[in-house]
Formats: sequence, structure tokens, C-alpha cells
Amino acid sequence: MAQSYTPGLKVLANTPSEKVRQLPLKGEVLVKVGDSVSADTVVASTHIPGNVQMLNVARQLNVEAEAVPDCMLVKIDENIVKGQIIAESKGFFGYFKSQLKSPIDGTLANVSNMTGQALLSEPPIAIEVDAFSAGTIIEIIPEEGVIVNSNGALVQGILGIGGESHGEIVVVVNSRNDMITKEMLNESHANKIVIAGAYLPLDVFRHAQKLGVNGIVVGGFDYNALSSILGYNLGVAVTGSEDLGISLMLTEGFGEIAMAEGTFNLFKQFVGKFASINGSTQIRAGVIRPEVMIPHTEDIESTELKESDMIISENSPVRVIRAPYFGKVGTVVSLPTPLVKMESEAMVRVAEVKFEDGDLVTIPRANLEMILY
Amino acid sequence: MRNNINGDNINVIIATDCGSTTTKSILIQKIDGEYRLTHRGEAPTTVEAPFEDVTRGVLNAIMELEELSGRIILDGEDIQSPSTGNNGIDLYISTSSAGGGLQMMVGGVVKSMTGESAQRAALGAGAIVMDVLASNDGRLYHEKVKRIRQLRPDMILLSGGIDGGTVSHVVELAEVLEAAKPKPRLGVNYKLPVIYAGNNKAQDAIKERLGEITDLTIVDNIRPTLEEENLQPSRDRIHDLFMEHVMAQAPGYKKLMGWTDAPIMPTPGAVGEIIQKIAKQNNISVVGVDIGGATTDVFSVFEGQFNRTVSANLGMSYSVCNVLAEAGIPNVARWVPYEMDEKGLTNRIANKMIRPTTIPQSLEALKIEQAIAREALRLSFEQHKEFAVNLKGVQQERTISDAFEQTISGETLVNLMELDLLVGSGGVLSHAPRREQATRMLVDSFLPEGITRLAVDSIFMMPQLGVLSTVHEKAAVEVFEKDCLIQLGSCVAPVGKFKDGQVMLTYEINLTNEKVTGEILAGEMKLIPAEYVGCSAIFKPGNGLDIGDGKNESIQTEIYGGVVGILLDGRGRQSFSIPSDMHTRVSKLWEWSEATNEYPEEVK
Repeated sequence: MAQSYTPGLKVLANTPSEKVRQLPLKGEVLVKVGDSVSADTVVASTHIPGNVQMLNVARQLNVEAEAVPDCMLVKIDENIVKGQIIAESKGFFGYFKSQLKSPIDGTLANVSNMTGQALLSEPPIAIEVDAFSAGTIIEIIPEEGVIVNSNGALVQGILGIGGESHGEIVVVVNSRNDMITKEMLNESHANKIVIAGAYLPLDVFRHAQKLGVNGIVVGGFDYNALSSILGYNLGVAVTGSEDLGISLMLTEGFGEIAMAEGTFNLFKQFVGKFASINGSTQIRAGVIRPEVMIPHTEDIESTELKESDMIISENSPVRVIRAPYFGKVGTVVSLPTPLVKMESEAMVRVAEVKFEDGDLVTIPRANLEMILY
Repeated sequence: MRNNINGDNINVIIATDCGSTTTKSILIQKIDGEYRLTHRGEAPTTVEAPFEDVTRGVLNAIMELEELSGRIILDGEDIQSPSTGNNGIDLYISTSSAGGGLQMMVGGVVKSMTGESAQRAALGAGAIVMDVLASNDGRLYHEKVKRIRQLRPDMILLSGGIDGGTVSHVVELAEVLEAAKPKPRLGVNYKLPVIYAGNNKAQDAIKERLGEITDLTIVDNIRPTLEEENLQPSRDRIHDLFMEHVMAQAPGYKKLMGWTDAPIMPTPGAVGEIIQKIAKQNNISVVGVDIGGATTDVFSVFEGQFNRTVSANLGMSYSVCNVLAEAGIPNVARWVPYEMDEKGLTNRIANKMIRPTTIPQSLEALKIEQAIAREALRLSFEQHKEFAVNLKGVQQERTISDAFEQTISGETLVNLMELDLLVGSGGVLSHAPRREQATRMLVDSFLPEGITRLAVDSIFMMPQLGVLSTVHEKAAVEVFEKDCLIQLGSCVAPVGKFKDGQVMLTYEINLTNEKVTGEILAGEMKLIPAEYVGCSAIFKPGNGLDIGDGKNESIQTEIYGGVVGILLDGRGRQSFSIPSDMHTRVSKLWEWSEATNEYPEEVK
């Protein structure tokens, strides 16, 4: 029987996933193998020195540079707080003293009797990495991080922006075909992951951003709107470091496209659950897809994708991923061997697909995607 | 991989080309003592989970060959070799560009000085610049480290400081790279290429920090003095490293290497082989183009000098939105023969970026795809012209005031009036449903001048034949001559300033069975069906125009037709423009389409 391989995005109700969580610098790992962690558990941390500020003590106290060390009221490496008097001139017979207050919280790092300057250091900056998703630590990367294993639902999108975030799943539309409107969002959606339907208008995205929504998952979005958010035209699909305060994941693509039924239903199944979203995407060899992970302990058969799941053959459930039938779902009836002429006159390998409404159409195999539930 | 290939025993050959989007396979068989292409298959390239292994796509493409030819080639996942009867093959070779385009990070001490010079060098080499790291970019040390890890660049160009200047800042940047321990995105068996093009005094310190953990190359300083910018050495090195190390690599590459009987060649290297052979054999000047999903490669041979450019940011799928960004929406839309709202157009194009393996089913989708192909081809050719210069390594002197202007160093070798043959390859050209469409895409984007022959790779197999020519030249030459190159015909285009309504060209062509004569007016196109045989012809350019022998000079010559014919193009060269008014533009596009038999009548 003829077969055809296609790409497919994972939409799984229960599957194991492993995530590497790593510091950008060497530091301390705060958990051990076997520990249970929640999404916001800090698994590793380190510090970098705080910013430094130069303070011209000599000038401000109106003293010679060599006199500055004697004017200092705090010692090197001693903690200081903003507004604390840290230097004082001797004055005349104890009168007419000048004082100098610290402009920052931090420590006194150095004092120079050559330049008359004091070097103040702001407090060290903590660099932390969290677990991203609730799970169990299965491996330690010494001084750098961990590998976390999570079990739960996993939904991959086609493209996302924004980095990692967390929140409770909330579905605001009645149907996967609906367009989300401003009226569907309010203050109660702050810090949540909102599941929209077929389309997200730009003004609704901005509204959600203002409300403090942590993530939005939607079927379709406009490329021009994306350019407007990013401030540039996305030339290749490499995203993830945008500082938007919100993560966005498209499940279908650009334009108004109903969210796949399986995807929408899966989110509905987990309404109220705490989930993790990562908008980072890289569509090139070595693909990275955006994803939503919803850890749970429900008794749903665990699924791990096999290569054979990606083979389209007769009776496979498929979705069309290009016009003119973009987004339609059906079942493969046959995979004829000979090349078939399309309206564009292109001669291509095709599949005969029966849509849910009973229509039988011929579609290039390259324009089909397996539905993986 | 086999070491000894005995040409006499080779009867059945499979060659694959793993592109970033599609893996193509061809089956060549010896029939009556002659090597001929017998079948062709293709399958999506499998660089995405759960496969993440190019060999899956290769097996699928070979399975198509099996289905179409009836020959049993695979035994499970093994290629059966040698051939016996209707089983197995004798030689398997492959090319690859599955790694896709080139996405770089660049670094410089001062963002607006060396940072921008490095960015210009990378852009000039056809890369996409993902980020510019600089000492003064306002980010903290750990933020830079995180960014490098997150972006997984294919290559890093590090510059900074003038020669003999302060060392510490550029070394600090090297230390950021050192801390990030950058790994190639495909995690395969090579180190991340890093090019250092900064202060020469810092070279030892850079080697100390990056020599072990990266594949470090040191080239001349990109900014030897404040007033001087020297982009060429970095640009050339980026280009070479990309071709040699990045492009061909993909998940499963090592496994594929174990299957092939000859080293896997990067696709542009293989196509370059073929283009050079065509130019040498016929002693002609040639421009070739191979337009892929992530990159567009342009090749030229003028005055015997071969030049190759890989525009790693211009392609028809993964980087299609970059074509849109670089060309601008109006430049793409000018080729779409109907009114279309900008939102709809950009969404359609962007959907191709995120679903790179899909193909146009409707005529409307095909027209949009061919519109964007014209711009990808045009931009790639622009870049090629900048690269193909006769004075390699010329340094560009810059004063502070013009330090940020990008100008071409040296005189380009590309002379369209001298061009004899323009060859197209790549999915959008080779698989265009009508050869007339390939002709139009080549003519509209390259704008050949005077009289130029046009050809297209029949089924997109020049890469495979290029690598085959290195191990079995006889088979490659025979297939190339008989099955690969499709002679489309010739384009005749007068050059120079003209007025509306002016006669651009008067022609008299003696075809095999008839003589055709006539005039072409400004803005007109005409296609004369003619076979691929030499026909005597007289062309007289319109007033003030040049057809190859100088202004107002007639030409008596031999001209070749082909599967499309002789295309007389009166739309003008130097300058060429499309009406900006929407109604006039659409009407002109329909007129040219009709004149050149570009699209099917019934669905217009």
C-alpha cells in the first residue's frame, strides 16, 4: 500500500517530555536527582557582580584626592544603603563639615587616593533558571543546570513569539471557529494562558498584553500584525527572545484559520490546569517548535510518537495545510501512484481525501499534515 | 563509502540531492550502451522531529523511484548494491544543502562602528544577521551568553578595534563566546565556525580563548583604521565556510555519508561544476541560477572567470519572508496579475515560510509563488554582481562621513550584453508547469540584454549530475546532454532610452519553414515559436537603442529557438519598469502573459 511521510505537530494528551534547564554562567544547582519540582521552582542560580558607580568624593567634599581615604566613613566591602552618609570632610576645627550620601544600595568597592574617587558596587544580580514545567529532576548538569522530566499534555504550535511563561488554562471562545474579541478578556485573565479560536486581531493582542495575560494560543494571526509587534518583518522563522511580557503561539498559521478540533478539545479538557508556554520557534534544519505543556496526573494512556505515526496511508486522518482547502480536515481514501495535474497545471503526487462534509477532493500529498492525537 | 569506482561496471545509478525543503532522487540506467535518466522521485526533506534524519527523506525519495520504475532498490533501509537484473543499483551519490540558509551573529566593540562593519560583511555574504553583539550594546554579560545559546547561530563573525589599538574590549567579547560555548544548531560533528576579523594585536588572545572550542579562522581586520573598511576577506571567508561546513550538514548527515559511494558535495559546489563545464565546452559566457527553499545560488563565467554566490537569505520557503522583507511588498506585488490586498498576500507568503514543504495547488497560488521567485532571483543576481568583481580584495576607503554607506568594491565582471546563455535550475523553475513560465521568470528577473539563449534544468537534476561528473563523467555528460538541459529558446531585448510608442525592434527571422518579420513597440512582448535549430535573422534596434553591436546598429546573426521559442522583449533595459498604476500594471501583466503563453487560458 502506498505511503507518504509528512510533517506533523504533536497534540498529545499525555506524554513524557524532557527539558534541559541551564544557567548562562556557572553557578549552583539547587535541586537533586529525584526531586519533584513545580514550574517556578528555581533549579539553579548564580550571581553576577552588580553595576558599579564612580563617585567623585574629592570634588564633592572639596578636599584633596589624597585626603579622601581618611574621609570615608565605611570600609571597603562594607554594605551601604541609599542615603547613608558614607564620607565626611574634617572641616575647620570640627565645623563646616561636608557630607556625602550614597546614591545606591550596595557595597563600597574601592577608594582611590590618586583620583579621589570612590567605587560603589550595586548588589549582585541574581541569575536564576526555573524548572519551566512541573516534573521530576532526572539529571544534574554540574554547576550549570538540570534535566526535568514532565508528564502531561503537550501541544506544539506552528509558530510562536515571546519566551517562556506560565499560567492557568482558560478558554474564552465557544468554538474553535470563533474570533476572540476585546470583550472576551478582562482583569481575571491576568497571568493566565488564554485559548482563543480562529483569529486574534492585533488590537485584542495589545489589550491582552495590557491586562497582563501571560500567554495566548490561537489558530491564526496576521503577518503584518506580527511585524507590527516585533518592529520588523520576520524574515526567517527564528523567534523567542522578544521581550513582550506575553507569549503567543499560533497553532495553524497566518490568516483566519480555525484551530484544529483536536487541539481545541484538548485545551478544553484541561481548563483550569496550570500550564507552561514557550513561544520560541526556529523553522530550519534542527527545528524548534513553540509549545504548551500541561502537567497532570490524570489516567490517560501515555503516548509517545513513533515514526510510523507520521506515515500517511489510507484512512489516515489529515489536515490540509495550504490553500485552497487550508485548515480542512478529512480522511485519506487513496494514494494513487501516477502524477496528477492540478489547477496550477503542476503534475504532482496526490492523495484523495474525503472531508468531514463528505466532499472527495484530490490534494497534493505535500499539502497534507497528519493529525496526531 | 566505496573507494574504487570501476566505471565499466556501473549500469544503474541513484543520485539524490537533499535540499532544505525537498529531497530529489534520480535513477540513471545504461540503456543500449548509453546512460539515460529513466525516473525521478522526490519527498520532503526530513529535518524535523520525530525523524530529524535526512536519510528518511532519502529513503522516501528512493521508494518513489521504486514505485515508479518497478525496480527493487531497498532491502529494508539498505540500498541493494550491486545491481542484478531488476534489483539494486551500482552507484549511489548525493549532494546536500539540507542545512538551509545562513544565520549569523556578528560582534564588534562599538555597535555603530565595527559592529556595523561586521553586519555589512555578513549581509554582503548573503547571511541573515540574527543579532549584533557589542561591548556597548547595553546588555549584561550573562544576557549576551544567553542570547548566543538561544539563537544557535550557524557562524559568528567577531570584529573589533583598529589594528594596533586597544585589545581588552574585543577580548571581552571573545570571553562572552567562550562562556557561551556555542554549539552548531545541528549538534553534528563539527565545531561552530567563528571568524575573527578584528584588531591584529588581539589575535593571540583570541586564539587562546576560542582556538580550542570553536573552528576559528582569522582574517584581515574589517576596520584596520577608523576611516578604512575592508569587508572582502570576511565576506569571502563567510561564504566559503558556509558552503564547506554549514550548508550540507543536517541531522543524519553522518549516516548518509556512510551510504554514498563518493563524498557528499554541497549543492552549489555540484551545480558550479556543471555550469563551468557548459561554459568551457562551448567557450561561452554563462550565468546559472539554482533557486532553493533557503538559498539561491548564482554562478557566472565571464572572460573565463568563474564566480559563485550563495545568497543564504533568499529562498522560496524557509527564507521566503526574507525575500519579502528585502524586496519590499510593492516589488513582489508588481508581478501579481490582479488586485490583492497586502494582508492576504503577506499571509500567504508567510504561510509558505512556516509550512515550507507545501506546493501551489491553485493557479492563484502558483502566480504568487512565481512573483516572489522573480524577486528572489533578482536580488540574488544583484548580490552576485557585487561579488563577481575583477579586482578581488580591493579595500574600500571610507571617511567618517561615508563610513556607513555600502558601496561596491571593484568593477563587476557581469556584462549582460556579453551573456550567451542563461540557465535556470531549482524547484520553482524546473517544476514550473509551463516552460514559458520558467522563461518569463528568468527574463523578468535577470533582464538579459541583446540576444541571449535561455535554458532550464529539465527536472532539477543539475546538482546530482554535478557530483556524478566527479566520479563518472561519461554518465554525467550523457544524461546532461540528452535529459537535463532543456533549451527554452532565446530572448532578444534592445537596450537604451526609449519613448512610449516607439519602435524598439524590427525583426526578420528565417525559420525552418517560413520567414517572419515585424516590429516590436515599446512595452510589447512577442513570442515566436521556433525550434532549437540555428535560424538566420536580422534585428534592427529602434532609434537610440542597442541590440549588441552598438547604438542603432543592425545585427545579422544566427538565433536559436527551443521548446518555448524566440522571445522578443520590447519592455526596455536600462531602464526596465512596470507601470505603477494598478489598473495599467494588471492589464500589462495580462498582456505579457497572453503574448508569452504563460498561464492557461480557461482559468485566467
